Amino acid sequence: MQENKVLPQPHLLSWVQETSGQPVSRCYQCYKCTGGCPVASFMDILPHQIVRCLHLGLEDELLKSKSIWLCASCHTCKARCPNGIDIASINDVLKAKVISRGLVPASSTIATFHREFLASVEKYGRAHELGLVMAYKWKTRDYWKDLSLGVKMFRKGKFRLWPDRIQNKEQLRSIFKRARGEA
Amino acid sequence: MFFGYYPGCSLHSTAAEYDASTRALFEALNIPLKEIPDWNCCGATSGHSLNTYLCHSLSLRNMVLAEGVASHLVVPCAACYNALRSTQAFLKSGTKEAKKLQEDIKLSIGQEYKGMLEVHHLLEVLGTPDILSLIKEKQKVSLAGLKPAAYYGCLLTRPPKVVNFEADAEQPQLMDRLLKALGAEPVSWSHKTECCGASLSIPAPEIVEELVKKIVQAAVRAGANLLVTACPLCQTNLDSRQPEDYKLPVLYISEILALALGISAPWLNKHLIDPSPVLKSCNF
Ligand code: SF4
Ligand code: SF4
Repeated sequence: MQENKVLPQPHLLSWVQETSGQPVSRCYQCYKCTGGCPVASFMDILPHQIVRCLHLGLEDELLKSKSIWLCASCHTCKARCPNGIDIASINDVLKAKVISRGLVPASSTIATFHREFLASVEKYGRAHELGLVMAYKWKTRDYWKDLSLGVKMFRKGKFRLWPDRIQNKEQLRSIFKRARGEA
Repeated sequence: MFFGYYPGCSLHSTAAEYDASTRALFEALNIPLKEIPDWNCCGATSGHSLNTYLCHSLSLRNMVLAEGVASHLVVPCAACYNALRSTQAFLKSGTKEAKKLQEDIKLSIGQEYKGMLEVHHLLEVLGTPDILSLIKEKQKVSLAGLKPAAYYGCLLTRPPKVVNFEADAEQPQLMDRLLKALGAEPVSWSHKTECCGASLSIPAPEIVEELVKKIVQAAVRAGANLLVTACPLCQTNLDSRQPEDYKLPVLYISEILALALGISAPWLNKHLIDPSPVLKSCNF
């Protein structure tokens, strides 16, 4: 730890403020966000600490943190923060930064899930839950977890065997391209 | 009176019973639902997690298509509803990015968003005075004996200024009011807006199990004999990840209302936790 040597760096802070639209510098460390966060007990950096790390410019710590992936985007922090800061939106831009820099996500399972989900949407226009779960299992080599639950849900007819597709694939392709900045 | 209808991906698979019961309910009320033609996925949590702009673009395409069908859109899925409302708020912000989004969608789909669409969650539509009195008029079966814990979760209520679901985001009442109006006795409880873990269910089930356990325990502690939700993610998590020994049934609000209207409910056998013991004990 190098806590005594950290000098605040403004670059990360202003980038996050701008891209997430959150007034990060207003935070006065009241801990209300952490108090109400449902996944705080699973996090390595707590919600109020995420904001503090931004103030201090601790970029590596944040990009390597599991918390940004574990955040359930429940917006409880946003609803309760006296300064209206939405930590879910902060975590979203940090996750996007991890991906765009080609870094290894601290939770590979959650990152893989999100990627497979979007791959399904890009391919069909709609999420195909069964295909997505199977692709996820394949990528994470985790075939046994939840197998019996999967079988139970399958028997109940919860999954559609074949994907539901939209007609206008061209429009979708264009939307994905533009969102990736390729067009 | 008629509404545009956006079911979203879950209602076409894991939450087929939510779709079937919602359609049956509106049919019984003689209110036509017109499904948006060729709608796409809203992107859900994965969309905004990796690319918020993509999420807004996906929602905006749906909004343009919906505008061509009706001026009022009803959305049963809380996640889709949240995505649409977020995109509306984003457009309203009038920022550079918002203008670019409008331009981009015009280029991608050849149509423009006129900004006339009103997005409602299913609960908001069912709770309007006219429709609620219509439901009461057509009610055949009282819900007496049911002690539901109305569970709203996150996406319906938060962030409050973006979704604008109810004035008090910590203490929503709409679902409770509907249930009470039909004779049920909704319990007063602590966890109506706690998070169920939503999309973490597949990549981090241990977290979802922990969150679901607390929600189910709180409902039982308050004396509930069933949970009622208005979100396919919440229903799936609560139904599939609660501790073995609780077996607290989890129904969609549309299923409960369909029961009250005496509509036959073949979809009830879709649930992992069989609701029939509780329903039978209340003479359904
Ligand atoms: S609730 Fe808001 S002001 Fe308080 S610590 Fe969290 S982010 Fe900072
Ligand atoms: S949005 Fe994320 S950080 Fe905020 S309370 Fe929910 S899980 Fe915690």
